[in-house]
Amino acid sequence: MSYIVDRRLNGKNKSTVNRQRFLRRYRKHIKKAVDEAVTKRSITDLDSGESISIPRRDISEPFFHHGKGGKRDMVHPGNKEFVTGDHIQRPQGGSGGGGGGDGDASDSGEGIDDFVFQISQDEFLDFLFEDLELPNLVKRQLQGIESFKYVRAGVVNEGNPAKINVVRSMRQATSRRIALTASSRRRLREAEEKLAALQEQDPVLRDKRKEEELELEIAKLKRRINKIPFVDTIDLRYNLHLKQPKPTSKAVMFCLMDVSGSMNQAMKDMAKRFFILLYMFLKRNYEKIEVVFIRHHTSAKEVDEEEFFYSRETGGTIVSSALKMMRDIMKDRYPADEWNIYGAQASDGDNWNDDSPTCREILIKDILPQVQYYSYIEINPRRHQALWREYETIEATVEHFAMQQISDPGDIYPVFRELFQRKETKRAS
Amino acid sequence: MTERTPISTGSDWTFELIQDYDREIGRVAREFGLDTYPNQIEIISAEQMLDAYSSVGMPVGYNHWSYGKHFVSNEQHYRRGQMGLAYEIVINSNPCIAYLMEENTMTMQALVIAHACYGHNSFFKGNYLFRTWTDATSIIDYLVFAKNYIMKCEERYGVDEVEAILDSCHALMNYGVDRYKRPYPISAEEEKQRQREREEYLQKQVNELWKTIPQLGDKADHHDVKRYPEEPQENLLYFIEKNAPLLEPWQREVVRIVRKIAQYFYPQRQTQVMNEGWATFWHYTLLNKLYEEGKVTDGFMLEFLQSHTSVVYQPPFDSRFYSGINPYALGFNMMSDIRRICENPTKEDKKWFPDIAGSDWKETLTFAMQNFKDESFVQQFLSPKVIREFKFFSILDDDKERDLHITAIHDDPGYRDIREALSKQYNLSMNEPNIQVYNVNVRGDRSITLRHVRHNRRPLETESAEEVLKHLHRLWKFDVILESVQDNTVMDTIKCGANGIEKKSTEKDEEEEELSLIQRV
Repeated sequence: MSYIVDRRLNGKNKSTVNRQRFLRRYRKHIKKAVDEAVTKRSITDLDSGESISIPRRDISEPFFHHGKGGKRDMVHPGNKEFVTGDHIQRPQGGSGGGGGGDGDASDSGEGIDDFVFQISQDEFLDFLFEDLELPNLVKRQLQGIESFKYVRAGVVNEGNPAKINVVRSMRQATSRRIALTASSRRRLREAEEKLAALQEQDPVLRDKRKEEELELEIAKLKRRINKIPFVDTIDLRYNLHLKQPKPTSKAVMFCLMDVSGSMNQAMKDMAKRFFILLYMFLKRNYEKIEVVFIRHHTSAKEVDEEEFFYSRETGGTIVSSALKMMRDIMKDRYPADEWNIYGAQASDGDNWNDDSPTCREILIKDILPQVQYYSYIEINPRRHQALWREYETIEATVEHFAMQQISDPGDIYPVFRELFQRKETKRAS
Repeated sequence: MTERTPISTGSDWTFELIQDYDREIGRVAREFGLDTYPNQIEIISAEQMLDAYSSVGMPVGYNHWSYGKHFVSNEQHYRRGQMGLAYEIVINSNPCIAYLMEENTMTMQALVIAHACYGHNSFFKGNYLFRTWTDATSIIDYLVFAKNYIMKCEERYGVDEVEAILDSCHALMNYGVDRYKRPYPISAEEEKQRQREREEYLQKQVNELWKTIPQLGDKADHHDVKRYPEEPQENLLYFIEKNAPLLEPWQREVVRIVRKIAQYFYPQRQTQVMNEGWATFWHYTLLNKLYEEGKVTDGFMLEFLQSHTSVVYQPPFDSRFYSGINPYALGFNMMSDIRRICENPTKEDKKWFPDIAGSDWKETLTFAMQNFKDESFVQQFLSPKVIREFKFFSILDDDKERDLHITAIHDDPGYRDIREALSKQYNLSMNEPNIQVYNVNVRGDRSITLRHVRHNRRPLETESAEEVLKHLHRLWKFDVILESVQDNTVMDTIKCGANGIEKKSTEKDEEEEELSLIQRV
């Protein structure tokens, strides 16, 4: 007889633990591969996994086996022209000695030197953002409409009927009944035994009166036991749920970019990659995240993503226009006591000369006190201009302001890591 | 041919149909006299099949990174389409668990049922190796015990600690088997009860062995003292479990678990050709019988035969697809050939197999299944006809000769040699280096000496041997010495101490001498 079982609904990720063990063991290799991958591929496809390759000998499990040399017989199928006594040349590298007779086949396979496997996007990002930390990760709480969640907090004696914990209540009732009827039940048992003993005797010899007495006693005890209520109000137990305020973790990210004539498409692409990295990093830390795109040349404009990155503009550059706009939007829509605000600005460093001090002023007075972190990247292979020097004075005084220079796409990820490295490691290095 | 009333005509399967097919196949199997454990047929998805793969088919297993590695690489191959998944996995347990993939068509499901649930199943129940070495009723329990025990160890001592011990045990897994002694059957109930007692007892015993305080300058009377162990020990893991001086009790238990699991898989490694051959022979025979009875359609048979032929295909040695002898092909051909010899013996068969030619094929085949392993099965039953069909030839590879020699081919003088050579090829102890515990310096520095006895001058692969010694050193915790012996002289010595590997070789000099001789000539 056979039993047929449908197991398809059982968990299918039985190997997850083993897989994680494997990743854990080869952390260093994977980390290296991820870092390499990031500099190579475009940031826009960061939302896929990555294939990791590890030298096969690093992960091999050793066991005793024969090496080359010595004498051995091998039997193979498919003889075509050999006859007994033939001499044939030793094949190069193949089945000379090692292996188990299948040397030719496995040695000629492709990529046998590397063990290649795929990690998922999540794992990829985990490795990517490992040891990175959001600076100033003080999550601000929403005032007024604070949201709550209920958490279990054990079992209590009082509560409303909807929250009765049936199992615990019944357990309580059972133990109460056992406790309260213990002596009666013992006496009942004794009485019954006596009665039974009596009834075994010959009817003639039986003590009728005693029998009646016992029967009365038994009836009385049974009544007493039955009087104990099955469930009493003191048995009832209730589940307790406590209301806990849920800290909100909303973040908004401001992307500011210079789109003046001096910024070419390659520069914009680099800026885009930086913004995307930042966006993904924030997304791992906050449940909800909004992005505001502000582009500027001589005047600033809030736009959608598509326009932000791809539409073309020309003209001069006034950086302060964008900062002013950011300040206004923050005031209108993202009050700092509700939102965690992050600012990222990308520019080629060009600005009207007399505008740079204005930028500094707006940043220091209006923006920096409100934001968690503000980063400025200058995409410019040449030497710095006025804006960089103004910003340098800010960096010297304000802790949550950071700036870096990027000159080619390969710099983006290292610069990003630099900006968000964990404080301890930064100090250590 | 009788009137055709097929069980089903479409290619989709349903649970009712699987039940119907199973009933019919089971009926035919009983008519042929197959004796099986009850079957538990489990339908699983492709992902679950991948899971089952990486745990080498064990339905439960402890966690270890190497299983993760297998999983990751299987997954990769499967995703890229480089590898199809097996249609089935079957576990030697009672009831016999067989996994069927949901992607299979009805025909494939029927094929798998015939192959696994009646073929492999009856092999597990009948073959002497499985009967002596494994205990089908308790294996699942034991695996559960092992998994839980290792999980508890991880909680108490940390994942890294446990992983290190497991790594070391895995390196020695092939040397964790008693080849000649029937092991004690394993059962979870008993294990749990006895495990704690054993811990204490073992520790005491070990302490007893090491009670003498190590003394230096002991060498003078060293020769008078008997070696410990007196006889060389083949089961390295067992020896470590019982004698390693500094292992914690829980570590001994982990060694034991790996050893027991190695023991469980030992018969499978020795009966691959027979097991697959038997199962393939029976799915072929059972489904053909159903076809004769009109229970399956022509379409069913075409699909079945197509898949059957690709399973039993043997690529020739010079093919791109050649990766050794296909056990399905050899096994199936030999099994069918035995039937042929019984039913229609030729003159040649009568000469070669006088006692089975013309006998009852079912009895003969069952006898062969029950009492042989690959090595002896080939030795006993490989007929000239099969040798001819496979066009077998035998090559001698001697490193002292410049060329390879063809020593025998599929002709009259060659049959016996081929049979002999092929049989040896399936002898595990021939393929694995013969390494045994030779001596433990009980009274001195506590070093352990292993001896590798060379067969046909075949040396050990040094690089991996060194790695294995490091693992052994982790378990033994004192110096580990591996001597490679040929004709009673030590050729190579590898020593692994606290400071790493030291090597000493006498062979190199010899080779160099030879070389210089040749050059002079």
